[in-house]
Parts: sequence; C-alpha cells; structure tokens
Amino acid sequence: MLKRILLSTAATAAALALGFLIFAWRSAIAEVSPVAVAEFSPEEIEAGELVARAGYCATCHTVAGHAAYAGGYPMDTGFGIVHSTNITPDPDTGIGSWSLEAFRRSMHEGVARDGSHLFPAFPYDHFTLTSDADIDVLYAYLMTLDPQPEPEFANTVPFPLNIRLLQAGWKLLFFDEGRYQPDPAQSDIWNRGAYLAEGLTHCAACHTPRNILGARIASQAYDGALVEDWVAPALTRANMAPADWTEDALYTYLRDGANATHGVALGTMGPVIHEGLMALPDTDIHALAIYFADIAGTSGVTANSAAVAAALDVSAIGLVEQQNADARLYNAACSSCHSNTSGVLLTARPELALNSTLWMDDPTNFLRVVLHGVSLQAGDPGLIMPGFAGRLSDDDIVRLSNYLRETRTDRPPWADLAARIEELHGDRATGQ
Amino acid sequence: MTTFRLNGQEVTVRAAPDTPLMWVIRDELGLTGTKFGCGIGLCGACTLHVAGRSTRSCITPVGDVAGGEVTTIEGLDPEGQHPLQLAWIAHQVPQCGYCQSGQIMKAATLLKDYPAPTDADITAVMAGNLCRCMTYLRIRAAIKTAAAAMAERAENG
Repeated sequence: MLKRILLSTAATAAALALGFLIFAWRSAIAEVSPVAVAEFSPEEIEAGELVARAGYCATCHTVAGHAAYAGGYPMDTGFGIVHSTNITPDPDTGIGSWSLEAFRRSMHEGVARDGSHLFPAFPYDHFTLTSDADIDVLYAYLMTLDPQPEPEFANTVPFPLNIRLLQAGWKLLFFDEGRYQPDPAQSDIWNRGAYLAEGLTHCAACHTPRNILGARIASQAYDGALVEDWVAPALTRANMAPADWTEDALYTYLRDGANATHGVALGTMGPVIHEGLMALPDTDIHALAIYFADIAGTSGVTANSAAVAAALDVSAIGLVEQQNADARLYNAACSSCHSNTSGVLLTARPELALNSTLWMDDPTNFLRVVLHGVSLQAGDPGLIMPGFAGRLSDDDIVRLSNYLRETRTDRPPWADLAARIEELHGDRATGQ
Repeated sequence: MTTFRLNGQEVTVRAAPDTPLMWVIRDELGLTGTKFGCGIGLCGACTLHVAGRSTRSCITPVGDVAGGEVTTIEGLDPEGQHPLQLAWIAHQVPQCGYCQSGQIMKAATLLKDYPAPTDADITAVMAGNLCRCMTYLRIRAAIKTAAAAMAERAENG
C-alpha cells in the first residue's frame, strides 16, 4: 500500500516535471552572420532610434565609462545583482548573431536567442505589448550600432533562482504575452499614450509596487514604489503633490524635465526624460500626458490656481525672522534661489511649497536633493543646485527639513530623518 | 577633465570632478574676483553664474557644470560697465569689498527675475549674501538705481 502511494506520487511528480519542462523549454534560434548595415534603410534606422529613446534602452544597457548599449549596468533586483546585457551587434558578446526572429522573441516573450529565459529585470512583460513594426525598426537601429566587444559581468542571483528554466514558472504566474489592444472607447491619442506607457516606456516598472517575487501588483497599479533609493511617486490620485497633475503640467514635465507646479525629473526619472523622451515628437508627449491625466483623475482640469496661490502665500515665511534660527538657516541656504515674492511663480525659482518631494510621506527624494544637489544636465536643464552634504551638518539638514515641511505643507512631520540622512550620504546618482 | 565655457571662452580643466568650481576658477584658471567666504554655501561671497543664473561656487562641483556656461564678475560685462557695477560705484557701496562681487552677481539674477524689484523681492533674494561691513542699505539703493537704469535702457531700445 505504502509502496503504491509512493510510486504514484513519484509518477505524478515526474509527470508534472516533464510537463513543466515541455512548457518551459524554448529552442535555440539559429545564429546568423552579422547583418549588413545596407539591409536597413536610413528611415528604418531613424525610426528605430526613436523606439530606443521611447524605451530609454541605453539607460539600463550602458554602464558609466563604457560604450552606450554595451551593457554591464548593475541592477539590484532584491534577489541578487543582475547586469544588463550588451545589445550592440558584436557577434560574440552582443546580439550580432541574433536574427530578427530571435530579437522579436526576446522582446515579446523574454527568451534569449539560445532559448534561455531572461530575468524579468528586462521588462519584457511591458515590451510584449510593442508592435512588430516598432520592434523591427528597433532591430535595424541596434544592428547598425558599432559593435562593442564587452565581456559579460557575473550576476549574483543565488542558486536555485539562477536556473533560467525556472523563470518559466515566474512567467506562468505573472506574464501575459500579447500585443497592445487599443481601447475602442478611448481616443487614438489616449491609445497612443497607453501603448507607449504600458509597453516601450514601461512606466509601471518603477511606479507600481512589486510583490515578494518581484512581479507588479496589478491591484496597486501606479501607486508608487521605492526604486534604487528614489521614490517613484504614485501617479494616481494618491500622488501627494498639492497641485494637480493636469495634462498641461504632465506635458511640461515630460517635455522639459521640469514643471513649475511640481518640480523636476531627477534620479531614476532623470534619464527617462533627458536621455529618452526628449527625442520623441510633441504628439507622443501629449499622448503620454493625456493618458496619465486620465490615471491621475485630472482629465479636464486646466488650472492649478488655488494650489499656486496657497504656495505663494507661504513662500515668504521666514524671510525676516531674525529670532528664528531655523528661518535664518533657510534664508542663508535656500531662499535666495527658492522664494517667490511679488505674487508671481517663476519656473527658474523652484517653489518649495509646491515641490512634490516636500509633500511625500517618504523624505528620501527631498533629502537626496538637499544632500547631493542637481547638476546642470539633470532636473531642469540650465538650472543647477549645489548639494549640502558635508557642508551643513546632519542636524542642520534635519532642522531645515522639519522647518520647510512645517511651514510649507500641511503634512505631519517626517520621522527618523537623521537615520535616513545617514543612509543617503554616499548615495549620489548618475542622473543627479 | 571637465570642459565648460568661462566668460565666453571654452576651458578644459584637470581638477577632479568633485572639486568645488570656485577653487578651479581661482587656482587653475586664475580669476580671483570670485571670493572664498564660508566654504559651506551659506554666505554668498563665491556667487557666480552658471547658465546665466547665480549659484554658490564653493559647493558646486566642477563636474556638475560640464558643457555649461560659467560667468564670473570678470565676465559680467566686457568693460566692467554693467548697470549694477555703475550703480555700485555711484553709491560707493563697498567698504572692505570682499563680498561685493558675490553681491553683484546675485543682484544680476535678482533683476532678471524681478526687473522692478520691491523691497520684499530684494530681501528674499539677497538675504543669503552676507556683508560683515553692513553695506546692506547701500546695496539696496544701488539695486534700485540699476533697475531704473536698465528699465530706461530697455525703453530707449
């Protein structure tokens, strides 16, 4: 009897394992010899560059000091470090031997040319929505880059999670393959925005929280998350900014990297705009703005006058308060660039009372900017802010943060600022 | 190596990217109009312009201005005849003079943002530039004189 139970259990397990193997197995696609540049028209290559910019591929497929698209960028997945791959057409270390069919399969199904499953650090769960036409021109663009031989970096994902075949299990649980299906109830431009946002531009990859297995939690879409120690804020009504993310505000922010009523694109968002979206035509940026205004529930809202008026009311608080040491610190360090007097809001004078970072529950973004500043290239191009790390003491930064939070917002005080500042000290980002 | 434009001329400097811009300009490039005050971005003596707006160069890393345009007091006006400089002379603003290049560079941004500044505008923008000789009243008067001169110049084309 016992023997029979054991046998049938073993047989079931074997059948399940075989079934999983059949499900998980992907064959290799034959290597091709390097594709000749002449096979692609200049128009295809140019269109492909726009696709690459919409997905800001270079941001993750480049590591500082090395050639663009040659890979090696380390991503801390929570399960170990995964390095991005070389997507230049080098036949040995890049994708030079990949056929179009193999490239499409990688984008749509997350499977490498040799049949191995890719880790979802590569956001194929978004790229699967991308049309064949866009992937084909992207292929043309990448295959005509200069081949860059770059040795692969060793990943640190531990056994057994590093078994590529097991990634098929993750896909079974969390991955839906398929192209974008337009919503007939929405306008063409809304659908264009959704196509970009959900697919190539993979916004939810950072702005949606993930479960313990690293998959996006569908019921919390765009509720915000902490990524590489930056807050990717909620893009829903849960967003903390005092001014509405109107279509107009979204457009300005996504087009220029800065918006007077909210703040600047920085940290992990910096390169999305400055190295990516800036190449796209205005219509695509409008499409994204329309789509995200819908998600934020601000479609049809055109003005932020109440929030701006409230901010201008508090902008001058502390300017002549000689008896208040916190106000004096604000005067000495901040007000000469950040105050807005005379009842006018100037983009060149970033208004702290409207700045999203001061209103968030998590002080991370605010503290990172105070500590490490904003370079000329990041944030609002043409505006520089020096960081105060090593100049102001941590105690002073705590005082300043508490003072601004108290006088410029109606939010409760931040907790544990000193500990957070200590954690963020060594943490200057390349996009900053 | 960092390359940027200084007072209209391209310069390439060897200083490490995290070197404060002020030391690069004073020591490596030899322009000493920009002064070292507190070194922690709280007094304004080192104020110069990056991309046409004031910043405190003692805490601005030179790497952060790569590719940008930096203007110091030496480059504010090719002849040293900027309306602010003329107003400063007319009002005999400086006493010891140490903070004054920073004051003038900050005031230039003030007038860009507020061409006809109120006292509140002046207080808000200039509060971060300290003067231990207490020339504040003369600074305020000179800013208003310069604003009037610039408005007149704009009117007369």
